[in-house]
Amino acid sequence: MKIPVRKFDAVVVGAGGAGMRASLQLSEAGLSVAVLSKVFPTRSHTVAAQGGIGASLGNMSEDNWLWHMYDTIKGSDWLGDQDAIEYMCRMAPQVVFELEHFGMPFDRNADGTIYQRPFGGHSANFGEKSVQRACSAADRTGHALVHTLYQRNVRARTQFFVEWMALDLVRDAEGDVLGVVAMEMETGEVAILQAKATMFATGGAGRIFAASTNAFINTGDGLGMAARAGIPLQDMEFWQFHPTGVAGAGVLITEGVRGEGGILLNCDGERFMERYAPNLKDLASRDVVSRSMDQEIKEGRGCGPNKDYVLLKLDHLGPEVILKRLPSIREIALKFANVDCVREPIPVVPTIHYQMGGIPTNIHGQVVAPKQGDHKAVVNGLYAVGECACVSVHGANRLGTNSLLDLIVFGRAAGNFIVEQNLQRRSHKPLPAGAADAPLARLARLDGAASGEAVAEVASDLRKTMQAHCGVFRNQQLLTEGVAEVLALEARVGAIAIKDRSRTFNTARVEALELENLIETAKATVISAEARRESRGAQARSDYPVRDDANWLKHTLWYRDGNRLDYKPVNLQPVSVESFPPKARTY
Amino acid sequence: MKFRIYRYDPEKDDRPYVQDYDVALDPHDRMLLDALIRVKAVDDTLSFRRSCREGVCGSDAMNINGKNGLACVTNLNELKEPVELRPLPGLPVIRDLIVDMSQFFMQYHSIKPYLVNDSPAPEKERLQSPEDREELDGLYECILCACCSTACPSFWWNPDKFVGPAGLLAAYRFIADSRDQALGERLDNLEDPYRLFRCHTIMNCVDVCPKGLNPTQAIGKIKDIMVKRVV
Repeated sequence: MKIPVRKFDAVVVGAGGAGMRASLQLSEAGLSVAVLSKVFPTRSHTVAAQGGIGASLGNMSEDNWLWHMYDTIKGSDWLGDQDAIEYMCRMAPQVVFELEHFGMPFDRNADGTIYQRPFGGHSANFGEKSVQRACSAADRTGHALVHTLYQRNVRARTQFFVEWMALDLVRDAEGDVLGVVAMEMETGEVAILQAKATMFATGGAGRIFAASTNAFINTGDGLGMAARAGIPLQDMEFWQFHPTGVAGAGVLITEGVRGEGGILLNCDGERFMERYAPNLKDLASRDVVSRSMDQEIKEGRGCGPNKDYVLLKLDHLGPEVILKRLPSIREIALKFANVDCVREPIPVVPTIHYQMGGIPTNIHGQVVAPKQGDHKAVVNGLYAVGECACVSVHGANRLGTNSLLDLIVFGRAAGNFIVEQNLQRRSHKPLPAGAADAPLARLARLDGAASGEAVAEVASDLRKTMQAHCGVFRNQQLLTEGVAEVLALEARVGAIAIKDRSRTFNTARVEALELENLIETAKATVISAEARRESRGAQARSDYPVRDDANWLKHTLWYRDGNRLDYKPVNLQPVSVESFPPKARTY
Repeated sequence: MKFRIYRYDPEKDDRPYVQDYDVALDPHDRMLLDALIRVKAVDDTLSFRRSCREGVCGSDAMNINGKNGLACVTNLNELKEPVELRPLPGLPVIRDLIVDMSQFFMQYHSIKPYLVNDSPAPEKERLQSPEDREELDGLYECILCACCSTACPSFWWNPDKFVGPAGLLAAYRFIADSRDQALGERLDNLEDPYRLFRCHTIMNCVDVCPKGLNPTQAIGKIKDIMVKRVV
């Protein structure tokens, strides 16, 4: 079958914070760039980020990028690569100032500088006390950021392919990536977008879990495409539970609430975080707070008729602070929890929020996969940035505000690196024969399937399975069963059917294709988690409660082919400063 | 719960029709979007956009019992049955509840929706007082859902010439920004019988905005500045 081929210097898949920060560099440098997005760019999930973007501006009190670096390493439970973390924290002030220059409407201090609020795990002087490092635009920082980046891309005349879904990578016999096969949702037409540089900025896959703060579009499309192309996924066992999702609804309540002074209470009205983290209390790292909440609920100190949530109290901040700094939180609490947080506490539970793992990259955004013993070998032509990538700055647990920072620092770095490659002077490598065969076969199977299970049913079972077997606390039995159940679900995914036969905006088909990406992410997660017999960051195992640096201070790599696992060392060596060696992690 | 939903698939339907659905809801279903997902589980051919499910991405704007709104933040308790769902009015329908928003975004792009400041950037942030920053409140929060513009009769009649409430709100967001240096050009860009002045303060935009914003007020402020410039 002959399908159209369109040629660009660079193709970026995904138009959230990372994709649009990268495309801005590319467009402004004069490259021909196509940015594909399943949704209009400002609807990308970055828009839902609330609390802030971390940078040691020192606008509120003394701060230092080295302290930020230390907090990030400690937050990562030493699984983060220290060269990448150093780069991110050093670059943070500059990239935030750039966003301000682009027009981002940050909140301000009386002296006109950017307002910064406290956030979990951020400290001054290597853990001594909390520091105000989160640069914020009320509780809509992600919205302000993604709109600003879209606006700046409009100015740079970036070419967006809105409501296009990438289906698979094109890789030639030498393993080089030459673009993507993609589908225009409005017409159902399939095309090859050929590129000298292909970048994934497809976000996370939080929709593999039943209770998630994530948008419906977060289905791990980049992960699925990478896995099918033979590229390993790194550290996929590490999923962050955000301490404060609205109980029952899953909608996010920013850590900025606790940053501004909100506290967590159990059914006795006790501020229980004082017991678990005497120093930073409610502003300890997210994994620590989520586990503490889970523990409280498990020990019968949860609130409500079923004792299955805790309370987030913020009424003592007063209406003025709430309306000025946390206006959307009030709106969300009113709409999704039926409470006015100016007067009453919000019922909250730990809720899946962020994927620390992803497609392995170096600090230029180049995708790396082991080759003949070299674990830093580059996959030519392929880049990944943002939540879909694992560089790795978040290690086993991400600090709040470091996700927006990751998007901007590495989106920009990858954009700059591609610009330096002088792609305009190079010609496109020839496409291999049958470049689009695999995705076309998947589409044909879907369109031809006369009967089979409904997508919604299989997807729902997958989410329930992941929720039950890969939760806050894990153990061998749960994980072993989880692996078996997910593998059984994989067979069901292979036999799904849709009734919608239209080519025009066929959302049933899109959801079926998304499910094929979700299952890859789920397999990577549960298989990696089953194998890792220690507790580190977000992977908490009741049967192996202690971090085991002797055996497990290493990154997991999962390959789709045979569900094979491999490991590679963590880089404990920063570029210009001394290493922060692993030590006990208390808050 | 009973629904009457506008259906149209250009590949098989000569004209749009209304389809009735009666679906069983789960006790946890709170919002209209939850119910729509139940409908889609029964009939996967029903097409609509959705993403964040918390009212911040702007994907699932539609006409709900005659009024534009976001399905994800419309509580089912507030809805009279059967719930009548139609695509946003005034824009071409692609399929079912999905409209072609090109014209809406073209108008948004036409106001140059980005900060213009040609002075050399300082090493740190450009300073802005909290008072100047407050001028942007009620403006920058727009989610581009198009509820307002597609509720506006002036936009219905002249979607190619009238910028519409969302675009004008964005125009004022940059006019009001103490860091922006393009006031003159921005006003010139709107100095026309249609682009700005087709607003007849009907205020449907204010009535439907799911974020509680007030485009009419922003438009009034642009008109004031325009008048002062002439005087």
